[in-house]
Amino acid sequence: MDQVLFDAQRHGRISFYMTHYGEEALIGVAAALKNKDVIHGQYREAYALLYRGFTVRNFMDQCFSNVNDLGKARSMPIHYGSAEKNFQTISSPLATQIPQAAGSAYALKMQGSGDRCSVCFFGEGAASEGDFHAGLNMAATLKCPVIFVCRNNGYAISTPASEQYKGDGIASRGVGYGMDTIRVDGNDVWAMYNATKAARQIATKENKPVLIEAMTYRIGHHSTSDDSSKYRDRKEVEDRAQFDNPITRLRRYLETQQWWSKEQEDAYRAETKKQIMADFKQAEALQKPSLKHMFTDVYDELTPALVQQQDELHRLIKEYPEYYQLDEFEK
Amino acid sequence: MLRYASRPLSSLKKTQARWFAAAATQSPDGIQQGVAFSQLLKRTPEEAFRTPELVGMSAMNSETKKMNLFQAVNDAMAIALATDDTAVVFGEDVAFGGVFRATSGLVEKFGRERVFNTPLTEQGIAGFAVGMASVGHTAIAEIQFADYIFPAFDQIVNEAAKYRYRSGNQFNVGGMTIRSPCSAVGHGGQYHSQSPEAFFAHCPGVKVVTPRSPIQAKGLLLASIRDRNPVVFFEPKILYRAAVEEVPVEDYELPLGKAEVLKKGTDVTVVGYGSQMYVLENAIQLAEKKMPGLSCELIDLRTILPWDAETVIESVNKTGRLVVAHEAPKTSGVGAEVAATVLENCFLRLEAPIQRVCGWDTPFPLVYEKFYMPSMIRCFDAIKTAVNY
Repeated sequence: MDQVLFDAQRHGRISFYMTHYGEEALIGVAAALKNKDVIHGQYREAYALLYRGFTVRNFMDQCFSNVNDLGKARSMPIHYGSAEKNFQTISSPLATQIPQAAGSAYALKMQGSGDRCSVCFFGEGAASEGDFHAGLNMAATLKCPVIFVCRNNGYAISTPASEQYKGDGIASRGVGYGMDTIRVDGNDVWAMYNATKAARQIATKENKPVLIEAMTYRIGHHSTSDDSSKYRDRKEVEDRAQFDNPITRLRRYLETQQWWSKEQEDAYRAETKKQIMADFKQAEALQKPSLKHMFTDVYDELTPALVQQQDELHRLIKEYPEYYQLDEFEK
Repeated sequence: MLRYASRPLSSLKKTQARWFAAAATQSPDGIQQGVAFSQLLKRTPEEAFRTPELVGMSAMNSETKKMNLFQAVNDAMAIALATDDTAVVFGEDVAFGGVFRATSGLVEKFGRERVFNTPLTEQGIAGFAVGMASVGHTAIAEIQFADYIFPAFDQIVNEAAKYRYRSGNQFNVGGMTIRSPCSAVGHGGQYHSQSPEAFFAHCPGVKVVTPRSPIQAKGLLLASIRDRNPVVFFEPKILYRAAVEEVPVEDYELPLGKAEVLKKGTDVTVVGYGSQMYVLENAIQLAEKKMPGLSCELIDLRTILPWDAETVIESVNKTGRLVVAHEAPKTSGVGAEVAATVLENCFLRLEAPIQRVCGWDTPFPLVYEKFYMPSMIRCFDAIKTAVNY
């Protein structure tokens, strides 16, 4: 899916994309959670939605901003969200989700089941924001059942981790907030799974936050608007992709267990590619949502000012139809 | 961050008392200035229920209780906590009752899990409220002074305000309300006096509300807490102890997005909100005294966003003149929005330029406060200018 959508952006068919190359093993986090746990993401966590059954088609619909986009085509591609999957909608401002996750966790604690927690993903760059400090300190002092998962992939766009912090990564800070903390090989799906499983136990049973720092490497560009060869050596990237690849590592494990073979791999790749391309074509062919959705959901109800502004836009469209193309929008 | 609350509360009380005493002195024209003499406050139960929006209630339960503004806010939160099991109250120093006593007694009634202190972090408080509301809970957060709401600006503007819109209405944070003491207090200097409502009035997705009195505070705060949109609720802190009314003890709400016409008039429309209403009341008294026959219409906006343009437009179409006043600086203040909207809608009816009486475009000054404020005499002068144009 990453490859297809990355290429689609390069061909101008979607406006923006961000890949997950190198960080796929973090799907182990999702596997250790329950579906009722509330996830707050940053933007590079499609694996968590995928694990919960969000389909390739759901992702495509969002990226193409078509009528089926659950976000009603208001946000940039990759800003996924699903109430059904308990995945809070992604927003661009970094780290804002961190104190929010503390808050949702506190609410889950109040509900009293003792078996629900929040999970919050963020990168090592976002951890420099004030909201990281606010969120972790609040979670610790207010005893919130939340798991913080930091993806330390070495770069925040062009800024290497060496220019991001001087201490011992992000994990060392968790201790300072009085929080159970662990650093994990982020390219090892089993390590991620085990750490998250244990963290979930601590969060839900003891009402305490846990910080997990997943050490990994961002193989892809930051986004489609970025050319990472401008600030890092291509060889470094190729080496990491080749010698410490989370997917290869899992495949080798499966092969040694004789749960997977080259034949199965080839067949799976061919079938998946076919399916993804079919989804892609269908998503691309759909219309954009109706124009009325530009004004709805600002508030629970349209305000008098919004009604007036909507009327004004309709008048303009009627008066200058040649300047407004509405064909691609649903009526 | 320097905190005025770090001073002993007794000294706070003393200085405020001195200020109110000073404010209650007579002006050279015999106008008894200040909240203590206001006719806008309802000092008997009968008066309280004469408010059109509360008339229906008096038939059911006409019991009232004498409350000042912080007690009315406290009462509203107690009702919100009692009627909604998911509701919580939190912020800096709220557990012991709050630096303005607005949360006193709530811990004893509802427990530490529902009324609690947070670490000293405004962005954290706002983010925490967003998170609680995002899973359907009711979060009533306090920012100790409106001057310190700016660290939470990102969470309010980029997150709370856009939560419903960006998720296609899959999620919302309608259960969140941020309360914050605002505006001048006599000696608050730069960081205990600000009126930041216009910063938020430019932000689609939030509601901004400010009450002028205890009855208003209780009804508007309950409505804000229960409204399905995030609300920033500014409480004029100078009124916490000074404004006293007979407040209905029942659970009631006053409508958001609706202005209130406090005094009917035919010659000039005078618009304000919050504690400025009492200054405008005095300015009208002075104007009507000095210009016999003059009839001013006084309107309290109550909700800054979305504001009730219809009521103001209707009034100006009748009077042909508008004076709008607020403590916040003039440039790009709420007055600019009101003036522009009225100009768009009442162009042919206007008989004088719209007058804006506001704080000057300076930071809020300490010893110069009297000269900075849109005082009675400045508001009177604007009314005179509009009428004599």
